[in-house]
Amino acid sequence: MTHVLDPDAPAAAIPPRREPLAPYRDVTRSDAAFRAFLHGLPGVDQVGAESRVAVLGTRSIKTTAKAWAIDTAISMVDLTTLEGADTPGKVRSLAAKARRPDPGDPTTPPVAAVCVYGDLAGVAKEALTCTDISVAAVATAFPSGRASRAVKLADVRDAVANGADEIDMVIDRGAFLAGRYLDVYDEIVAVKEACARPGKDPAHLKVILETGELVTLDNVRRASWLAMLAGGDFIKTSTGKVSPAATLPVCLVMLEAVRDFRAATGRQVGVKPAGGIRTTKDAIKHLVLVNEVAGPDWLTPDWFRLGASSLLNDLLLQRQKLRTGHYSGPDHVSVD
Amino acid sequence: MSTDRLAVRKTYKLYVNGAFPRSESGRTYEVTDPKGGFLANASWASRKDARDAVVAARAAFAKWSGATAYNRGQVLYRVAEVMEGRHAQFCDEVAAGEGLSGSRARAAVDAAIDRWVWYAGWTDKLGAVLGGANPVAGPYFDFSLPEPTGVVAVLAPQRSSLLGLVSVLAPVLAGGNTAVVVTSRTRPLPAVTLGEVLATSDVPAGVANLLTGDAGEIGPWLAEHDDVDAIDLTGAPAEQAMELERLAAGSIKRVVRPPAEEPDWSANPGLTRLTPFLETKTVWHPMGL
Repeated sequence: MTHVLDPDAPAAAIPPRREPLAPYRDVTRSDAAFRAFLHGLPGVDQVGAESRVAVLGTRSIKTTAKAWAIDTAISMVDLTTLEGADTPGKVRSLAAKARRPDPGDPTTPPVAAVCVYGDLAGVAKEALTCTDISVAAVATAFPSGRASRAVKLADVRDAVANGADEIDMVIDRGAFLAGRYLDVYDEIVAVKEACARPGKDPAHLKVILETGELVTLDNVRRASWLAMLAGGDFIKTSTGKVSPAATLPVCLVMLEAVRDFRAATGRQVGVKPAGGIRTTKDAIKHLVLVNEVAGPDWLTPDWFRLGASSLLNDLLLQRQKLRTGHYSGPDHVSVD
Repeated sequence: MSTDRLAVRKTYKLYVNGAFPRSESGRTYEVTDPKGGFLANASWASRKDARDAVVAARAAFAKWSGATAYNRGQVLYRVAEVMEGRHAQFCDEVAAGEGLSGSRARAAVDAAIDRWVWYAGWTDKLGAVLGGANPVAGPYFDFSLPEPTGVVAVLAPQRSSLLGLVSVLAPVLAGGNTAVVVTSRTRPLPAVTLGEVLATSDVPAGVANLLTGDAGEIGPWLAEHDDVDAIDLTGAPAEQAMELERLAAGSIKRVVRPPAEEPDWSANPGLTRLTPFLETKTVWHPMGL
């Protein structure tokens, strides 16, 4: 199905498929077996999921707990700019904001990462030297994922070479929805290999499921398992370019998946909801969900991230309100 | 028709961002006539309702202040038209709430509608009256323009529930500002109806927000709020006024001090309530040779 860039290039030998972790070694032995495994996952009770998040959403988080939640949420933000009009200057100003989100208050924690397109990863890396802030780059023909595998892998290698510490890849939703699960699996495995960095740990791989296009929560659960079996370090809800993006029921299903996957295999996978989280209230609802579904082990920036751009300003406004005791306004935070 | 028809009781709510929400706090309070007779249950707005109203007013500011003065005048005139259609309802509410006779209530409602029309007419005349070309010694064409201040918090008069309210709200809107109004605590019903009037005229959502509740409770939050540009303390409790002014200084707000005693609202206000919420912008334009 995939085209090669150079028609005269010798065909690469197809290596044997990398097996998933035990006890799931044999599930990828054939397309039929993999389909049987993914479709054998327990179905999601959609009404139950919605009512569970509705109940958790009513938790009242106030005063010191709220202050903790706001600081934790800030430290989990993947500050994102994914516009066609992005420039090196815009990425540098975003990096400055990532290092010091609120210049008026040095106690504000820095964010977890800056998320940009692959060609700007080098600019971001340079602007973030001497910090613990990671550079995340979207790759694999983001956001649609419609390109041949050779192009996608070249995209990943380029981003890694530019200095990206984390790669946000999109899955081939067309193949997933058509039931070609092994194609999707093989692609994630190949991208994971392309994340290798000489002399360093490989770049972290975040797998974007684009749940808005997967339609059902059952599909979200299957795609989550598929991505984890293939070796993704994080599973991410969406690109932010499709509506609906990150919703609480979707996040609930993904958190259940990482919890169950760790119980079965011992490997912990992170979760990153992205897109549509704009207010502190939304962010705190997500934190409550993480704590109640996956557990407090996930309540760190290593295992939970919030992909957002405008969310950070709202978190800062709420933080200022808690610090000063009066309401702040948009004049008191930077325009992105 | 049967004479023992059940009364259709109205639920009195806030008017925020073009919608009629209940108070976020879920609180209500009893509204009574001056003799203590029960009139209605009204929503008792909290500081978070005020916060939401400020967000709505800020979002609405660009469109309302950017509309042409002529267009703003037309929209405000339309409000007066719809008020006229609700004349009888306003009369009943003013009479019951303020304990006035029918004829005096009618006079107050007439004056309130006329006041609104009067301010509607001012929108496109402010530029000419308050601005203009300035003679300067240099090769510049120099002119000044009045521009709206921004989001204005208004603590409405406590006694005059409609004429007083219109007299403080209409000038804020006429100048191109957006408003968050805390209505009279004991006499909020005409304000609720005015909210319904604003919702059914052409005023964009968020331009005017009406909170029924206690100015003494919400006032400090609005005075301190960093995203409020000016505050009118007309209806503030007398003993609290100085403290509110001090809080407002933290974000360098324009402040309109409360009068020692609630004035006679039927008097001609002149420009006294328009100018506090207008900023003068002066442009020095180089002249070619």
